[in-house]
Amino acid sequence: MNIIVCVKQVPDTEARIKCKDGANGIVRDGIKLCMSPYDEFALEAALRLKEQHGGTVTVLAVGPDRAKEVLKTGLAVGADKAVLVSDASLAGTDGRGVAVTLAAALKKLPHDLVLFGKKAVGVDRGQVGPQVAHRLDLPFVSQAGELAHENGAMRVVREIEGGQEHFEVALPAMLSVDKTANELRKASLKGIMGAKSKPIQAWSLSDLGLSAADVAPRLQVVHTEHPPQRGAGRIIDGEAVAAARELVRLLREEAKVI
Amino acid sequence: MMETLPQTAPVGPSFELSEEHKMLKDMVADFATNTLAPRAAEYDRSTEFPWDNVKAMAELGLLGINMPEDLGGAAMDSTSYVIAIEEIARGCASTAVIAAVQNGLVNLPIYKFGTPEQKAKYIPRLTSGEIIGAYSLTEPGSGSDAVAMQTRARREGDRYILNGTKVFVTNGMAASVFVVYATLDPALKSKGVCAFIIEKGFPGFTVGKHEEMMGVRASGTCELMLDNCEVPAENLLGKEGDGFKIALATLDGGRLGIAAQAIGIAQACLDYSLKYTQERQQFGKPIASFQMIQSKLVEMAVNIDAARLLLHRAAWLRDRGMRFTKEASMAKLFASETAMKAGIEAVQCLGGYGYTKDYPVERHFRDAKITQIYEGTSEVQRMVIARHLLGQA
Repeated sequence: MNIIVCVKQVPDTEARIKCKDGANGIVRDGIKLCMSPYDEFALEAALRLKEQHGGTVTVLAVGPDRAKEVLKTGLAVGADKAVLVSDASLAGTDGRGVAVTLAAALKKLPHDLVLFGKKAVGVDRGQVGPQVAHRLDLPFVSQAGELAHENGAMRVVREIEGGQEHFEVALPAMLSVDKTANELRKASLKGIMGAKSKPIQAWSLSDLGLSAADVAPRLQVVHTEHPPQRGAGRIIDGEAVAAARELVRLLREEAKVI
Repeated sequence: MMETLPQTAPVGPSFELSEEHKMLKDMVADFATNTLAPRAAEYDRSTEFPWDNVKAMAELGLLGINMPEDLGGAAMDSTSYVIAIEEIARGCASTAVIAAVQNGLVNLPIYKFGTPEQKAKYIPRLTSGEIIGAYSLTEPGSGSDAVAMQTRARREGDRYILNGTKVFVTNGMAASVFVVYATLDPALKSKGVCAFIIEKGFPGFTVGKHEEMMGVRASGTCELMLDNCEVPAENLLGKEGDGFKIALATLDGGRLGIAAQAIGIAQACLDYSLKYTQERQQFGKPIASFQMIQSKLVEMAVNIDAARLLLHRAAWLRDRGMRFTKEASMAKLFASETAMKAGIEAVQCLGGYGYTKDYPVERHFRDAKITQIYEGTSEVQRMVIARHLLGQA
């Protein structure tokens, strides 16, 4: 089974994010970047499927040259191949532009199963996976939990409100993966050394038969801002019973959380 | 914009880590933060050998960093080794010395001086973590003056018979295989010393008292007793009389490991002090806004950086097959002094809280001290460096 995992490089969830002064977006210089955590769950799921059923795992990313770092991580934990689509025209594109690019790349890469994280941590839009599935006309299950491969089909369990849904989906198919208990394994030293000898294929838009116009953004972020600063806490003085009563009143009437 | 000068050949040494080194550092840092650090206080308290940490390190390949792939190693360089040990030490100093001993003092001398049979027999089991190794030079009466050892070896047919007592054997409580030094005759001084690979089950070999120590308390450090211990002749490492040469060559590399451990401890001190002093409020502001606290943080940071540069240079020399004895001693001396100072200042930054076991810095303080003592005291490092300066090396 040929599995392709689409991964995105995002700011580390522990990085201190700064908005650009007077412009949209965030300052990316000097902050630690990593593979989006949901993509890590997708990659771990792919590696487990490969261990059980054989085949190959390819990691695919759209991004600047620096995004090679996440592909290297993928190779070090056990992916067989890596592909980076990088092009100056992709700077500032939107989810649709990325989906157009990934769909074109996937047409050149043989695949039985394509996995995404359910969304990229950071902007959290969750647009790209479904759009790619639509463009390639592949069956798509979102927010997959447990995955199993049986008789040429995927069995997928997904959590829903108060229960679980069980799907069976014929291959080729596309899934977006939710957080599960199976965290991405760490790269062993041998894996890190082995990654050196696995090449990263680099494609530009023209390699995919695309032009800048094909990925021109149709959405524009008009403004990015930090959440408001959290105010200081308040201590309710007085005798316990009265204080508790006052706390409940404030939570209900002012904070409106209960 | 950063200015760049027009580049002319030759280009100087690189201060940027390679891709693989960065990946290794990130991976081990994550392992130290999320796996080792949360367990460190409890292992320090209980003094139990951290088998779960050892197992996890083996799975990651951290017990065979420099060994070739056909012996189960990762075939990485000395720079990788010091990066890994530093990061492990940032999480747990006991676990770092366990790894440093296995990699630097057991795998390496067996690899470098062992016969093909010895390598094939022991190294794959060490790199896979199936067995733990220990290194045993020090005796009750001979520390820095190792040649004065009293443990005797005599050849009897196809075996050697060893008698004596060894102390401060890191990993000793957990180890199955020991690199042990003994002398054929103390009168032969350094020329009489032999190195042996001893298995725990050899007749006459006993693991003695588990030392209750100030720091690196989970390192399984203990005494060994050799009472007519029978060692097959094929377990002699190198030739008769090679022991002192093996010990010195091994300790040069070992010093890189301890320097790395010291830097990791110092970095843990700085990390915690930075976090704490920005949160702790006195006189209405975070104490990190006071210059006297800033001065402590700056001292720690500058010393750590300098120590790391000294260490990476020594590793760089070693990887190129160049002499690195003096540079290893400089790195070990400076790094261990840095760790001790960082321990003292980190406790001071936390004040009364730093003096309690509710915070990790008192453990770092205790762990730091040993780095000035083992694998050559600070005084011995100064002797080594002085000999080089005076052309006596």
